[in-house]
Amino acid sequence: MTLTLDIDKPREKKPVVAQTIFLAAGLALLMLAPLFFYPVFLMKLLCFALFACAFNLLLGYTGLLSFGHAAFFGGAAYFTAHAVKEWGLPPELGILVGVAGAAFLGAIIGYLAIRRQGIYFAMITLALAQMFYFFCLQAEFTKGEDGIQSVPRGHLFGFIDLSQSTNMYYFVLGVFIIGVAIIWRIIHSPFGMILKSIRENETRAVSLGYSVRNYKLAAFVMSAALTGLAGGVKALVFQFATLTDVGWQMSGEVILMTLLGGIGTLIGPLFGAGLVVTLQNYLATSEFPVTIITGLVFMVCVLLFRRGIVGEFYNSRLGRKLGFEHRH
Amino acid sequence: MIFGIPLQAFLGQLLIGLINGSFYALLSLGLAIIFGLLRVINFAHGAQYMLGAFFAWLLLSYFGIGYWPALVIAPLAVGLVGAIIERTMLRRLYTLDPLYGLLFTFGLALTIEGTFRYLYGASGQPYATPTALAGGTNLGFMFLPVYRGWVIAFSLVVCIGTWLVIEKTKLGSYLRAATENPILVQSFGINVPFLLTLTYALGAALAALAGVLAAPIYQVSPLMGSNIIIVVFAVVVVGGMGSIMGAIVTGYLLGVAEGLTKVFYPEASNIVIFVIMAIVLLIRPAGLFGRDA
Repeated sequence: MTLTLDIDKPREKKPVVAQTIFLAAGLALLMLAPLFFYPVFLMKLLCFALFACAFNLLLGYTGLLSFGHAAFFGGAAYFTAHAVKEWGLPPELGILVGVAGAAFLGAIIGYLAIRRQGIYFAMITLALAQMFYFFCLQAEFTKGEDGIQSVPRGHLFGFIDLSQSTNMYYFVLGVFIIGVAIIWRIIHSPFGMILKSIRENETRAVSLGYSVRNYKLAAFVMSAALTGLAGGVKALVFQFATLTDVGWQMSGEVILMTLLGGIGTLIGPLFGAGLVVTLQNYLATSEFPVTIITGLVFMVCVLLFRRGIVGEFYNSRLGRKLGFEHRH
Repeated sequence: MIFGIPLQAFLGQLLIGLINGSFYALLSLGLAIIFGLLRVINFAHGAQYMLGAFFAWLLLSYFGIGYWPALVIAPLAVGLVGAIIERTMLRRLYTLDPLYGLLFTFGLALTIEGTFRYLYGASGQPYATPTALAGGTNLGFMFLPVYRGWVIAFSLVVCIGTWLVIEKTKLGSYLRAATENPILVQSFGINVPFLLTLTYALGAALAALAGVLAAPIYQVSPLMGSNIIIVVFAVVVVGGMGSIMGAIVTGYLLGVAEGLTKVFYPEASNIVIFVIMAIVLLIRPAGLFGRDA
């Protein structure tokens, strides 16, 4: 295993400085953002950004298009909300329940879906997630159409009051950074290299002796668990969990965020989520339905703009000069 | 009485199952034809079904054009729209990963659905049953509304007719050949790009036809397409898209299975098709009639 990986080792890049500056500037912006923006908006953005990054781990780095990630996002929101409200668990444990639940769901759906490839994989995940939607519609603990309302945010580690929106914001930011760091670690590990090789050429990965199915399933479960992290935190931010988060429209939304930001780029989904969430907020007060815009953006992206915002930047002359690399 | 269920209720649900099955069969047939040649999963299939129903409703309420002309006009109109979309946009995606075709048609579906929701609201519009098919007949063991009988019979005819066209005619042989090897077929002087346009238009027209048939049974609503398309995807996964006949048979079978579940265990009737899909994936991952792994 080590032999092949030595060959595949990413080439050393000179202009690490520019990238470090970008990273530091980005972090500083996120730290200072609550001074300029409404915190709940920012928290929503970060939750969706983490959701999209987790989704991208599967689509961008393993080449699997899941059309059912709403099940993990909305499912985790329900689990966390239930654990915190009904069982009285502290927020950190409640989120852990959400993550575990999403990972469990991911294991079941993933196990079934990886039995088929490509286009069928997308249809199977969509159908199974829809099945979970109907389950949530009828199950007792989800409270049907009402959803789980007035979920307490509680005290983090027993002493940080999360009902204060500033505290909550930095908690969400912390979770986001940890989540993205985990994804970064995964895609830069030997395991992540094998995922990329599956994306590039599945048959060759098989012939090299990798049990592709296990790797796919592992990637699927990890993506589901990280999606659950985003969903659980979202339930605490908004203090409710409803059917909207498990519907197929939500699965479509996260695909759009990833596509718009840049499939297979680490921070692309952050930009995609930012744009989509801003657009939704902007259109929320008008009569004009968001779905028309969403649909049109989808069509334009697929026809003309497949690299996404960050992908196009990486591929531009400036991006290359700064040492970014984006293969497609 | 059958298994402790009154015969009337049993046959009533069986009939509803057959009706749903007719729509599943018509829609999965169209999906399979489009996928066979274009390698695109047409997510907009549900939207095209909805468009068919809406065209029928618009023709009736604004122009006073009734059911029978609508049965011809609506599929032609939707087929034409489909042909234009294929020519101008979808065509550019054939060389890419098939996933982009799915994403493009998903966006198309959202746009169409959103537009109709914006224009006509989310609630359904009633569409009257044509007078020639109103009422019902007593078969002795059950009461059969004539229109429902018509839907089952007509959709069977359309399904078998389409199958015959593809399996037995010259045009069908071109289509099948182009599915196997488009470059070779083109080198024989057959206009393959035109065949692709025709195929997409045919698939869209079939969906619209199903929509017109559905209009008097369900209400004409902008959301009717997205509700059915996910179930049809599950049908297609169960049947496998390798065979046209497979798509038709699976459509009817799963419709009936759904109807019977409503009799014996109503809570599960929403999900029974998905459960069957999961079981089929465990036992026969390629689908009941599938050839491709």
